[in-house]
Amino acid sequence: MLLGAPRLPGRCRGLLRQLLARGYRGEAAAAVGSRPDASSALYQENYERMKALEVEKKLVSFIHQEESCYPERELTSLLILDLHFWSSPSLLVTSCMVMKRCLQEALSQALDETECLIVANDATVKGGTYYPITVKKHLRAQEIAMQNHLPCLYLVDSGGANLPRQAEVFPDRDHFGRIFYNQALMSSQGIPQIAVVMGSCTAGGAYVPAMADESIIVGKQGTIFLGGPPLVKAATGEQVSAEDLGGADLHCRKSGVTDHYALDDNHALHLARKVVRSLNLQKKVAVTIEPSEEPLFPADEIYGIVGDQLKRNFDVKEVIARIVDGSRFDEFKALYGDTLVTGFARIFGYPVGIIGNNGVLFSESAKKGTHFIQLCCQRNIPIVFLQNITGFMVGREYEAGGIAKDGAKMVTAVACASVPKITIIIGGSYGAGNYGMCGRAYSPRFLYMWPNARISVMGGEQAATVLATIAKDQKAREGKQFSEADEAALKEPIIRRFEEEGNPYYSSARLWDDGIIDPADTRLVLGLSLSAALNAPTKKTEFGVFRM
Amino acid sequence: FVKWASTIGGHSIGKILIANRGEIACRVMRTAKKMGVKSVAVYSEADMNSMHVAMADEAYCIGPPPSQQSYLAMEKILQVAKVSAAQAVHPGYGFLSENTEFAELCKQQGIIFIGPPSSAIRDMGIKSTSKAIMSAAGVPVVEGYHGEDQSDECLKEHARRIGYPVMIKAVRGGGGKGMRIAHSEKEFLDQLESARREAKKSFNDDAMLIEKFVDNPRHVEVQVFGDQHGNAVYLFERDCSVQRRHQKVIEEAPGPGISPEVRRRLGEAAVKAAKAVNYVGAGTVEFIMDSQHNFYFMEMNTRLQVEHPVTEMITGTDLVEWQLRVAAGEKIPLMQEEILLQGHAFEARIYAEDPNNNFMPGAGPLLHLSTPPADRFTRIETGVRQGDEVSVHYDPMIAKLVVWAEDRQAALRKLRYSLHQYNIVGLSTNIDFLLSLSGHPQFEAGNVHTNFIPQYHDELFPAKKATPHEVMCQAALGLILKEKMLTDAFRDQSDDKFSPFASSTGRRINICYTRELSLLDGENIVDVAVSYNQDGSYKMQIQDKEFLISGEILKEGDSLYLRSSVNGTVSKSKLVILDNTIYLFFSEGSAQIGLPVPKYLSAVSSGAEQSGAVAPMTGTVEKVFVKAGDKVQIGDPLMVMIAMKMEHTIRAPKAGVIKKVNFQEGAQANRHAPLVEFMDEEAESK
Repeated sequence: MLLGAPRLPGRCRGLLRQLLARGYRGEAAAAVGSRPDASSALYQENYERMKALEVEKKLVSFIHQEESCYPERELTSLLILDLHFWSSPSLLVTSCMVMKRCLQEALSQALDETECLIVANDATVKGGTYYPITVKKHLRAQEIAMQNHLPCLYLVDSGGANLPRQAEVFPDRDHFGRIFYNQALMSSQGIPQIAVVMGSCTAGGAYVPAMADESIIVGKQGTIFLGGPPLVKAATGEQVSAEDLGGADLHCRKSGVTDHYALDDNHALHLARKVVRSLNLQKKVAVTIEPSEEPLFPADEIYGIVGDQLKRNFDVKEVIARIVDGSRFDEFKALYGDTLVTGFARIFGYPVGIIGNNGVLFSESAKKGTHFIQLCCQRNIPIVFLQNITGFMVGREYEAGGIAKDGAKMVTAVACASVPKITIIIGGSYGAGNYGMCGRAYSPRFLYMWPNARISVMGGEQAATVLATIAKDQKAREGKQFSEADEAALKEPIIRRFEEEGNPYYSSARLWDDGIIDPADTRLVLGLSLSAALNAPTKKTEFGVFRM
Repeated sequence: FVKWASTIGGHSIGKILIANRGEIACRVMRTAKKMGVKSVAVYSEADMNSMHVAMADEAYCIGPPPSQQSYLAMEKILQVAKVSAAQAVHPGYGFLSENTEFAELCKQQGIIFIGPPSSAIRDMGIKSTSKAIMSAAGVPVVEGYHGEDQSDECLKEHARRIGYPVMIKAVRGGGGKGMRIAHSEKEFLDQLESARREAKKSFNDDAMLIEKFVDNPRHVEVQVFGDQHGNAVYLFERDCSVQRRHQKVIEEAPGPGISPEVRRRLGEAAVKAAKAVNYVGAGTVEFIMDSQHNFYFMEMNTRLQVEHPVTEMITGTDLVEWQLRVAAGEKIPLMQEEILLQGHAFEARIYAEDPNNNFMPGAGPLLHLSTPPADRFTRIETGVRQGDEVSVHYDPMIAKLVVWAEDRQAALRKLRYSLHQYNIVGLSTNIDFLLSLSGHPQFEAGNVHTNFIPQYHDELFPAKKATPHEVMCQAALGLILKEKMLTDAFRDQSDDKFSPFASSTGRRINICYTRELSLLDGENIVDVAVSYNQDGSYKMQIQDKEFLISGEILKEGDSLYLRSSVNGTVSKSKLVILDNTIYLFFSEGSAQIGLPVPKYLSAVSSGAEQSGAVAPMTGTVEKVFVKAGDKVQIGDPLMVMIAMKMEHTIRAPKAGVIKKVNFQEGAQANRHAPLVEFMDEEAESK
């Protein structure tokens, strides 16, 4: 001890110097991931099957379907956006809604370097009226804007609430009225609300431009009125044209409902850009930024590594290696609770804490996750959840070990964390695992699904088995026979139903997520989402009671 | 370019005033600087920020833009000479360079006029006198009539004696003004009258001379130099045959196909001419040469010519330096035997003009200007820089490009190579025309004559073809990459430098982004569908043809270059995007692709253009033929403008009713100014 003591400080000094040195050599060695055996049968099968899911083609074919229905103004909003907001990439949130003929598009996009949220009605579908899902989508878009402080641009061409479905879109809290409530609230929070009237804004729709901070209307095309000509005629007998009742000339010259007169759609978007430019918004990013770097491994290798068979395991670190800058991942507690992978990395230069699943959650994994979330909140680092989870471990030993309270710790931490949270469901999303890994109910800023993912309270197989066991026991109590054929007949529809309802397209069509993404685009989607999320000012996290 | 710079010493001239502007003023200053002589510039208000002012050691403003009140104002210039204590005045060419009175005034005020004695200027300035002197001195002259009797009958009589075709020329003429050809007696009087009118207007003197018209003649001139000690030498000939509107376009030295024997005879005749008038300084003796290489004296220019650099290049001299030395009383630096002819030189004059519109002179800003690099064998003689304006008040010459090589073929190759690197945006120039001219097989063969351009007109002005799709794709690529560059520049200023919103241009999630771009090839709209591939390349589709495009923008100095790959074929071009036009300069040719202006942006600015008539260039309204309420048919004359010393008739672009005439007679109208407004068709129908 005495002999050794004098040597220690010297050694420490050396280590310290090494640690503090710029261009620290160890940096290069921090990469994760490995080159896959691309010639293996498994890899090739995975690759082919995953690629066959073809998110892009599926969506594009939906778009073309729409196109053939409406040759004149096919997907107006999308095309106009492409025409004008070309320079920046767009993140089509809730993109899969196209499939269900959602009447609207919601996008988050940078406009002249100001990241905006764009909501556009598509009047080629049901006159742009608001169906229940339309309302839900509009509100989800506004929620994104509110959480991330994104200026809202409403490209309006809507007949208002869909009258036959009024009971499902009008009276409740999260119904049509909420749109204008949100507009007022966001405006009060300094989140700009801009409306561009490109078509009709009838009845409720009239409030979108009227509630906006600044509004633009297209001459001889846009109209705004509380009651359209048919209603006016029914009410008072007055005969009036739509243009005279609520056209651009009226609203720009007389009523003052709109502020800018556009000659055509393109002019309107040009004016919208000018409005955005005059917002005087400055994005202040409250995190450190480093130069962005491509991962060391090609993104499409994810296809071969992950595959579409949820039962096959894969190492989530291989996925991380294909998402983060330079494939560098500084793992936290690598040797403890290793079914949950935690660590720090950067994506497009932004710092992130990544939490990924490598198997079922045990008490240690849950406690490790809780600790890591606390670290991220303490350091104001956004968290990315790579969700592939069957649930928490079950069994007597684990219940006795308090897995319920350890799981609760993690769920508490996830719920309370006020740093930006972004979830990507890369495999299964089942049961309480969904909660611990920041499912939709935990208000992640964005939640996306891979096309191979499945979401349900438990796996279809397990659910069927549970139900079959209960039925079997009941029959046994009643002294009746329960043959294998009976069991199969009972299980089959349950499994089929879980499979259908757990499908990502089913999920996306119900707005349980913000869209299905190509696994190879994950890095870009995360980068865009982080960039959007960092528009909002940081909030200090205060955790609830952790059951110890 | 000076192969052997002579030592300076014993000069009595330490400071000169340059009574000129533009490239020649800069040219003189360069030599002055080299010799350690201070230079004084004079400038008009229009030239306050011009290059010759910036280059000078001192500069003085001498008045408003019109040359009458500035560069031709002798008293003001001499006043500056006195104030600045300049010992000598270099007049350059044009302006006061051949003004007897000015030379005389200088002499009276004890200031050295760098040029010949005023008597020589006067003698040579009047064509009839000069011919008489030359004839007497034994220099061959063209048959003609230079008499006092200016009656129609007398002139016609002499024309008959000389034999048709004859040339009718203003006695005081120059630059092709007041010059007509009569091919037969039938048209003689008409041409005579026309020549007189023009001469009267240009020189206020309608005295005419008649000369034998030499068909397909060559214009060959000899550079001579005299000193105050009675010496005179020649520095060989230049061929300046290729002319448009009687003005030179491409000059070369020595003359192609001229034998040493003819060359010697030309030179000796020229020296004889110089000596006949006791010539001092730099002068040029112009000859007309027929196909048998017989030559006849035409006139003598008593100044340094525009095209003097080609002579300098083949003789390794600096003629401005010679001028200064001789003006200071020194002897000519070289003896005749010491002046050796080496290699071949070309000069191409780059003008602001529109060759497709009868070489209509132009004016305007040089929004983009890049030149080939200057070296020992490539000279860029210019008085303008990027951002300068070619003024309506003066000569529209932008620059002279001078190249030298071992032989004519090599020099011509060099000329064309350099012309390709001379890129100008902002106004029409003759560069493309110079390229097709210098590339014409007959020009390459040296078969030049003064009728060259009219004779080969169709080949020199090929019909404009549609721009190839490949080039349209490159223009689209240039546009996209330039946009990206601007986005990047914007991003680099922000705190959020690596956000994929700023860097992943054209990326879309789950769909491939296809952008519809409309480009203008002349009047035709070409639609390009640009798909952004994930690897950063582009798929472009025009009609049913697809192209795989990739590339990058390279910055070299102030210029941007586009390196592009079109279906695997890689090329590099200079890229300039200004206003609504994309300019691409390739090593062979250039392309100019427009961007349609959205209606909402064009509604205000070009409304007048669509509904009325606009001024083709800045000028004065001479005559107005219509008033508000008049009905006109398409093509009816509306007014006459005088611009760049030329008359322009403004015609109705469409039939309609005049709503308003914006300019009265005598008013000045700027380029593109709406002159006449038409009633709205809508209003009309109501």
